[in-house]
Amino acid sequence: MSATLRAGARRALPVVPATFALGVSFGVLAGPVIGGVAAVVMSAIVFAGGAQFAAVAVLAGGGGAFAATGAGLLMNARFLPMGFGFAPAFRGRRLWRAVQGQAIVDAGLVLARKDDGTYDRKLLFGSTAFQGVGWVSGTALGVLVGNTLPDPDVFGIDAIFPAFYIALLGGELRGTRARIAALLAVGIVLAGASVLPPGVPVIAASAVALIGLIPERERDEASEPEKEKATK
Amino acid sequence: MTVWLTIGLLAVGTFVIKGAGPAALGRRELPGWALPVIALLPAVLLSALVAYDTFGGAEGFHVDAKLAGVGAAIAAVALKAPMTVVLIAAAVVTALTRLIVA
Repeated sequence: MSATLRAGARRALPVVPATFALGVSFGVLAGPVIGGVAAVVMSAIVFAGGAQFAAVAVLAGGGGAFAATGAGLLMNARFLPMGFGFAPAFRGRRLWRAVQGQAIVDAGLVLARKDDGTYDRKLLFGSTAFQGVGWVSGTALGVLVGNTLPDPDVFGIDAIFPAFYIALLGGELRGTRARIAALLAVGIVLAGASVLPPGVPVIAASAVALIGLIPERERDEASEPEKEKATK
Repeated sequence: MTVWLTIGLLAVGTFVIKGAGPAALGRRELPGWALPVIALLPAVLLSALVAYDTFGGAEGFHVDAKLAGVGAAIAAVALKAPMTVVLIAAAVVTALTRLIVA
């Protein structure tokens, strides 16, 4: 195993317990709805937490396969812009690049990034593989213990997802522009939560990244408070 | 059957979504103007996901005990707590709030 793969796995170390816990909560919730084997297979081949929760919620509500798939894919739509961000990291022919792109996960945004801001495929593969082990084994454990547990929300399990993203976000809000972008994204999600279909507010918010196209005029820290006031 | 059809369709759809960017770009580099946009994606997407998982979801905009847990998670991150601690703090505070409010 190459040093970079190992480095990726090492970076994932603090994240894997979280992924495992999320996997357990998915197993607990999904087991009774779609069956234990299906829950584990789903975690292994769909391999996208938010989409899996969304799809299972539709099935639990009596929805059909197409409605459930649609809900899941809307949650996964954010991987489309992310795919372009990670794209230069991959090697080989187009189809092979698409296969490598399957390693893209949310935590990769932070874990697979090099110091220059670009992404490294081996950091991504190493960190994602380690998380995958946590996600699938967590799902299996959740399926096994699910029958013995009450509603997982009693334990506040539903707060683990936002907390996971908050922890990843921790180091990302450096600089005025990133903070403004984050505030705008939150605003769009809050405004859209009631009027847009589930999942869509997140994709709508991803468009905020386009403010990166605006040339940055001042870079010095001293001018930051003025800029922040001006945009509010 | 519905379950396996869902899993199959979702797996294929996710493959296409994740693979589209890497396949479309091929061996080309990203144009220079795209780099600052890509650099903002983590801040934008992660904060959007925080907001969505806290207030949104299938039932539309709502506020519940999770909000207290999210506050605890933010405090834990501000105190530079390890991720596991952040998650446990969020879950425990949410569970306690739910216990008190309900």
